[in-house]
Amino acid sequence: MKKLNPVLRGLLFMLVGGSAGFALGLVIALAATGQADPAGSVPAVFAWFLGATAFFYGLSGYGPAARGLVWQVVGTLAGALFVTLLRLVMGLDEIFGSFLFSEPAWVFGALVGVLSFIAGSRIADDWWKWAKGISTPEHDEDPADWRKYLGVSLDHKVIGIQYTMIALLLLAIGGTFALIFRTELAASQLQFLTAEFKLFNQNGLQIYNSLMSLHGMLMIISILLGVSGIMNYVVPLLIGAQDMAFPRLNAFAVWIAVPAAVLLLASLLLGGFDTGWTGYPPLSARAPVGIQMFFLGVFTAGWSSILGSLNIIATIVRLRARGMTAWRMPIFVWASMATSIIALTATQLIGLSFQLVMFQRLLGMGFFDATRGGNPVLFQHLFWFYSHPAVYVFVLPGLGVISELLPVFVRKPLYGYRFVAVSSLGIALVGFLVWAHHMFTSGMNEYLRVPFMYSTLLVAVPTGVKFFSWVATIWKGKIETPTPMLFVLGGIIVFLLGGLTGPPNATVSVDLHLHDTYFIVGHFHDTIFGGFVFPFFAALYYWFPKATGRRMNETLGKIHFWLMTPSFLFLTFGMMRIGLLGMRRRIADYDPALGLDTTHLLMTVAGYLIALSVLVFFFNFFRSITKGEKAAGNVWNSRSPEWLVPSPMPAHNYAVPFEVVGEPYDYGLPGSRFVEFSKAKHPEAH
Amino acid sequence: MRHFVTVGIFVILMTILTYVGLSASGLMPVEASEQARSIDWLWDIQVKAIAFLFSLIVVPLIYSLVVFRRRRGDTTDAEHIEGNTRLEIAWTVLPLVAVLALAYVGAYSLAEVRRVDANAMVIKVTGIQWAWKFEYPEQGITSTELYLPVSRQVVLKMESPDVIHSFWVPEFRIKQDVVPGRVTEYRVTPTLIGNYKVRCAELCGTSHAYMESPVIVVDQAAFDAWISEQQRLAAALDTPEKRGEALAANNACAACHTVTGAESIGPTWLGLFGSEVSLADGTTITADDAYLEESILNPTAKVVEGFAPSMPPFPFTTEEVADIIAYIKTLQ
Repeated sequence: MKKLNPVLRGLLFMLVGGSAGFALGLVIALAATGQADPAGSVPAVFAWFLGATAFFYGLSGYGPAARGLVWQVVGTLAGALFVTLLRLVMGLDEIFGSFLFSEPAWVFGALVGVLSFIAGSRIADDWWKWAKGISTPEHDEDPADWRKYLGVSLDHKVIGIQYTMIALLLLAIGGTFALIFRTELAASQLQFLTAEFKLFNQNGLQIYNSLMSLHGMLMIISILLGVSGIMNYVVPLLIGAQDMAFPRLNAFAVWIAVPAAVLLLASLLLGGFDTGWTGYPPLSARAPVGIQMFFLGVFTAGWSSILGSLNIIATIVRLRARGMTAWRMPIFVWASMATSIIALTATQLIGLSFQLVMFQRLLGMGFFDATRGGNPVLFQHLFWFYSHPAVYVFVLPGLGVISELLPVFVRKPLYGYRFVAVSSLGIALVGFLVWAHHMFTSGMNEYLRVPFMYSTLLVAVPTGVKFFSWVATIWKGKIETPTPMLFVLGGIIVFLLGGLTGPPNATVSVDLHLHDTYFIVGHFHDTIFGGFVFPFFAALYYWFPKATGRRMNETLGKIHFWLMTPSFLFLTFGMMRIGLLGMRRRIADYDPALGLDTTHLLMTVAGYLIALSVLVFFFNFFRSITKGEKAAGNVWNSRSPEWLVPSPMPAHNYAVPFEVVGEPYDYGLPGSRFVEFSKAKHPEAH
Repeated sequence: MRHFVTVGIFVILMTILTYVGLSASGLMPVEASEQARSIDWLWDIQVKAIAFLFSLIVVPLIYSLVVFRRRRGDTTDAEHIEGNTRLEIAWTVLPLVAVLALAYVGAYSLAEVRRVDANAMVIKVTGIQWAWKFEYPEQGITSTELYLPVSRQVVLKMESPDVIHSFWVPEFRIKQDVVPGRVTEYRVTPTLIGNYKVRCAELCGTSHAYMESPVIVVDQAAFDAWISEQQRLAAALDTPEKRGEALAANNACAACHTVTGAESIGPTWLGLFGSEVSLADGTTITADDAYLEESILNPTAKVVEGFAPSMPPFPFTTEEVADIIAYIKTLQ
């Protein structure tokens, strides 16, 4: 057993643990309700919790992940049993519900489960010790091998990679969900998700809705974690800090994403939910108990996002190297600042809006129930007050990556550095004033529509500044196109398409046609792929040698790019086209009379090609960790400080602190330097 | 300078090609309302702008990639150009003026779309999971199909008893949510005779995809004929059983309750009256008049075992409830 590959051992344990959980669930369901449906929710939930726990146990023994999950399972059960017992003592009619426990029991159990995870994984132990007056060591020494990524590390680079790995995992799961429903959409009529199809107490249509809803939220959480991953890894290196301002808070923020992901996926098993990721009441007030797991999962993930962004802001404000004034900060640091300001101040609103629905369901508070004086449209205002700015949380770091990498590969300064820097803040600020453009058809007061049209169109101005500056940067550059640069260029073009298809949605009258159609779906997939996914891949290819001391295979990288980009462009063009012609969002089936079958079929093929390209990426990524070409030096010939020291980056970053003595992007200016390592010359600094 | 001229020519060429290509591919469905005209006009302006701006960015990008690419063996950096404040200000201010102009035009177009005709015909629309119901108060009829006379403005007063729906006819372009607890308004002036469909555009649960109903635009004569036919049919409903059957049809009861004995979202009506019903709380009850009346007016009071408490309360009058029960009694 010990000699087995750890990942294989984990998967083997998952199989055993999952089967045991499944059997246990069947027995419990039989004992509690007298019925045992193998395709039902209860065995699946037990299989999922125990399988996930066993996976981590097999992977790295009884470490923080396995321990946290064991505690989460026990905590969830204890919490749920406590409420069940309470209901029994109170003599309530319904002790159990359709998913074994009643809804209040599940919610309380899930909450206790999350807190138990925190206790079990010991991510908050240092604070607890401090509260008791016990001091703890300043640094924890991480294990030297890959096991450090499965432990609670305080090193921002390890945490950055942990974030990235969870993000990639959720990306794969969310993408798989998309493939499943994309397959169902390949032709009109229902093919396999039919009314007879039964899984997790849902029929085919309901499974479709649950998968579609979860695809949205999983991808959003994946993106938030991906953003945190890049920011965590790169920001301290760019500003010359030894670590983040609050290393323990940093570890807490990444680990709390694990129970969040577990809850989110559990929602699919507990009856799912059919509301889309937006969870609008009254529909969400009537959805199965799965929606509560979804709410709690989002709530917990939001916690991670808020604490992570607080940390980034504190780090940027307090820990910059000597001489790094605001106008000498690398552009990615500006973007991280802008994005963190939004995440810190707006995330609460989505948590709050979901919490209100949770209370409406549990406690009968009629916030959004019109029959009890509530207002369903109020929810939409609260929800979009976060969820629109959230889009800028996703794309600003990506646009920062584009601005950061372009000068390296065109060997020219970033054109209009100050304007590009300020445009991020401009987008962040204006982004707070545009939320109601999601509600032009919602029945809100009509006079609100025109001011929100004006504010929304204003976003085009700072976004335009970025595009013009990028083009001017590329103009007359000496352009090289290794894989990271290809993804930067792809990002620019795809984000351009997303940006240009935005104003039609902003003008109210045209939006009355476009709203809630596949046009919107195409538009935002372009913005998110161009603004996040392409730059994220660019960042992974670009900083991979920094993290591992090896580089990813160029040929496979180019195959990834040239397979993904045309397929993706075709997919989103198709989405926009069918949307204009009458294809509504979030439907499992469409009217054959619309004549969209051929386009849908081709779009499904494109979807599979994208999945194939991502598989190529994963293969390249994991293979290159051990087998990639060695690259210890300044692979991209960059001026940025992290490339002036050897790779992989040493544990506490710069052995010798640096001082900023010039502009960050002065490529082509002979004799200019951005940073100078103080005291004795650093071996690698020229 | 040579580079700028070449790029400029390519930008113009590509703008024209993109715009012509997009327009020729038929982007929008048939234009069937007055409101659609204003929307399509504004959409066309935006397609032109998109074609131009897309070319303005992509042409110099691709041109640079080809013309300025790094030559083999060249390891030097490019020319050190930091920026140009005047140019930066220009490409901040010019887009600002452009978007303000677009917003102004957008407001103008919205005003066109919302233009009120004082003589508009009122139709009441109800969206329920997962069907549409249309009531013509002036003519005193109810239908599951929306018949509209051409060239006359109608105002739909829309309500929902359960969740949010959205009324969208792609050929009319406009769309309006139907929200529980309020009446929303949808004004449209059909201009083209034909058969269309209203498609619910706001996710409303399991069968959202199938919440579509016919919208039929006819000339005034055909509309009048249809109205009198409907009135005649309504008058022919001279027994409680017939009225009950019509009520069940118009309120889309069949979306959840079959009359064939087949299982659906709700219990079947076949053999329901007089039967013993097992409730979710473990008790049983005989399905008599009182039980059926309560289950129609306040559906969640007694929930049948094995079914979700998802039926919205239906605000029927006492006579209407009696008619529906009379109809259910015939289903034995």
